[in-house]
Amino acid sequence: MKIQRFAGLTAVVAAGALALTACSSSSDDDSSSSDSASSGTSTGIVSVNGTEPQNPLIPANTNEVGGGLLLDQLFSGLVYYDAKGATHNEVAESIDSDDQQTWTIKIKDGWTFSDGTPVTASSFVDSWNWAALLSNATLSSYFFDDIEGFSYDKESALKGQGLNVVDDHTFTVKLKQPESDYPLRLGYSAFYPLPESFFDDTDAFGENPVGNGPYLLDKWTHDAEATFKPNPDYKGERTPKNGGIDVKFYQTEDSSYNDLLSGQLDIVTNIPASAFDTFKDDLGDRAVNQPAAIFQSFTIPQTLAHFKGEEGKLRRAAISEAIDRKTITDAIFAGTRTPAKDFTSPVIDGWSDSIPGNEVLDFDAAKAKDLWAQADAISKWPADDTFTIAYNSDSDHQAWVDATTNSIKNVLGIKSEGQPYPSFADLRQDITDRKMKGAFRSGWQADYPSLSNFLGPLYKTGAGSNDGDYSNKDFDALLDQAGAASSIDDANKLYQQSQEMLFKDLPAIPLWYSNVTGGSAETVDNVEFGWNSVPILYEVTKN
Amino acid sequence: MAWYVARRVLQLIPVFLGATLLIYSLVFLLPGDPIQALGGERGLSPAVADQLRAHYNLDKPFIVQYLLYLKGLFSFDLGVSFSGREVSDIIAQAFPTTLELAVMALIIEAVLGIGVGLIAGLRKGGIFDATFLVVSLLVIAVPIFVIGFVAQFVFGVKLGWFPTTVGSDVSVYTLMLPALVLGSVSFAYVMRLTRTTVAENLSADYVRTATAKGLGRRRVINVHVLRNSLIPVVTFLGVDLGALMGGAIVTEGIFNVPGIGNALYHAIKAQDSPSVVSIVTVLVIVFLLANLLVDLLYAVLDPRIRYA
Repeated sequence: MKIQRFAGLTAVVAAGALALTACSSSSDDDSSSSDSASSGTSTGIVSVNGTEPQNPLIPANTNEVGGGLLLDQLFSGLVYYDAKGATHNEVAESIDSDDQQTWTIKIKDGWTFSDGTPVTASSFVDSWNWAALLSNATLSSYFFDDIEGFSYDKESALKGQGLNVVDDHTFTVKLKQPESDYPLRLGYSAFYPLPESFFDDTDAFGENPVGNGPYLLDKWTHDAEATFKPNPDYKGERTPKNGGIDVKFYQTEDSSYNDLLSGQLDIVTNIPASAFDTFKDDLGDRAVNQPAAIFQSFTIPQTLAHFKGEEGKLRRAAISEAIDRKTITDAIFAGTRTPAKDFTSPVIDGWSDSIPGNEVLDFDAAKAKDLWAQADAISKWPADDTFTIAYNSDSDHQAWVDATTNSIKNVLGIKSEGQPYPSFADLRQDITDRKMKGAFRSGWQADYPSLSNFLGPLYKTGAGSNDGDYSNKDFDALLDQAGAASSIDDANKLYQQSQEMLFKDLPAIPLWYSNVTGGSAETVDNVEFGWNSVPILYEVTKN
Repeated sequence: MAWYVARRVLQLIPVFLGATLLIYSLVFLLPGDPIQALGGERGLSPAVADQLRAHYNLDKPFIVQYLLYLKGLFSFDLGVSFSGREVSDIIAQAFPTTLELAVMALIIEAVLGIGVGLIAGLRKGGIFDATFLVVSLLVIAVPIFVIGFVAQFVFGVKLGWFPTTVGSDVSVYTLMLPALVLGSVSFAYVMRLTRTTVAENLSADYVRTATAKGLGRRRVINVHVLRNSLIPVVTFLGVDLGALMGGAIVTEGIFNVPGIGNALYHAIKAQDSPSVVSIVTVLVIVFLLANLLVDLLYAVLDPRIRYA
């Protein structure tokens, strides 16, 4: 999960605390630009908005959008994702496994880092091993927690256990359990290789990273901009079609949008809420408004009184059916979010809008009242009890929380209101300490394009982000089964089945998907936003 | 005079210590765990969070944290921010930008404010006076972010006279629009202050005496009226320099100026104590030095004031 930060607005985790701007309609505005995609290269420097990285530019220590955008230009991983989220081998020659548990990874010959040293199997193994070490306290260490030898409590030892170098261009990864979608993950920044020079001085590297990607870091002026030039030694398929990139750091979405309008910026990746109503008129067919891999919900803890057992199921369903998602997304988000149909995202391969049981997401006041009455028959809801949804008020959450609780209040006739926390850190602390006395907002942005990324970390028993402490053995078993499936298609069927259980238990109440909103100036062509809401910069042309 | 300055500078030391302690404790008292926030929605495993807490001294009691910070301070080490940058680097980079912006705003408000205020004061009740009283009332009444957004949209986006934002290209030209916006509110105050004191001093005894002596109107106004009228204005401008530097957060955000306000905003959001305390302390010192400068200027403006 990448954290998104916007100065004025917050950064928070991707789905999370951050102010995610999302947009609604899913019209694919970029399709027109793809015709000229093959028209070759250009020499202009493409400018795009970004934010100052919150951490040194080290792959395993970058878990927010600002730093992620820079790293993705500088590094090439084993695989990369195209705009649709499909994976293609980049440094990897092949990634194979017979049992979905032990993976043999062969890498291509001839790749080098920008300091001239070769990219070998050790570049990956040492990088991952370093990232997993507890003593290095990396923010993304959990990406390696399914490799043999990983430990959260004591020093991990991946090398020699889960990771073994076979020869210069081959290494093996042994997982704790089968994961059929493992290759899908390997394009995430935490899995990037690192040159030997990194291990000599990690601090210096964080200021001046040495990568193997399509671009080289030209100059990084803190809090202002980072410029990139094409890497002449780049060997992969993501060859830059422009003369370089200028990532300008902005403090607010409004200022970057005004720069786009006045011609000082080529691409914006976030439309400010103040321009939701006007940006399509301002930008015409250069406006981008398409689904993103971001899922928004609120979680009702399993331990909450009256939300346990059979009574809990009824009440959760009643609350879900009492929320008029369509009206709220139109009124509050100017139609920039799409009511949820499941627990994942429509941009992920395998998504379905017709999973049995998802009718619980449809607004139905009569049915909601009926379900609530049934629950009351089991155990009466105290008249003075309030159903609360906690949120962090340092980001744009109050409006939708108020609308949602009002919807619940009006339909069910119970007291319901938002419970604001001053900051994301504050909210997070109470969630981590399990002090929540009501529901709390939750959200998720996928790190890699796989259904499992939306399900395992959030709802599996004991999983790291299972903040509601949901536990269902059948659900866990289905996820394990999907992990061991022999193909991703088979796995996706099982993931869909597992969601049928989630619709019965509703550990979290799905609300809506966020869309990516953005736009480009007439100075650039071929602007396409990827599955992860980030424009595919190497394809952009500018003369 | 030298002894007076030395005494004033020595007074900075307890103020400095008090300010750091106060700010450090305020940041410490902020609710929430900054380390967990680093991990975002996903959170951090307890072991990793403990490691990071130990790294930033956040596992120690408050007073130990503060003393460690002070210890670093005396060896000119302001600490490291959560982003891994030296706090001294952050300040060294952001401070000159904000200073340039604040000084430009100060010059704009002083020149325009005193100039307009003088004319309005001399022609009290005239059309010029009335017009600028209304203008200044409007500027004071409208919040600065409204002025900022409107100015950016009209002069930046629509007319294209100025760049809409500053970003990496910091120059007098790019800072002009933000400086005008930043100085607009104080301009209104300076103008009104000058107008009132000028109008008042016009009827003072020494002005009547000067006129009676047969001095020219120009000399009476420049030397006798204006100079005496400037004392409250200079006080205001001195205090305002500190306010402009610390209060530029909104303007810096609108025009994307990579200054101290931006740095402070991020530091507060991240509950990054070393950064917050160091930046605010620098601002406190600027404020105190500006005040010292004002006090010294009094002696220049009013010969009756002597410092020993």
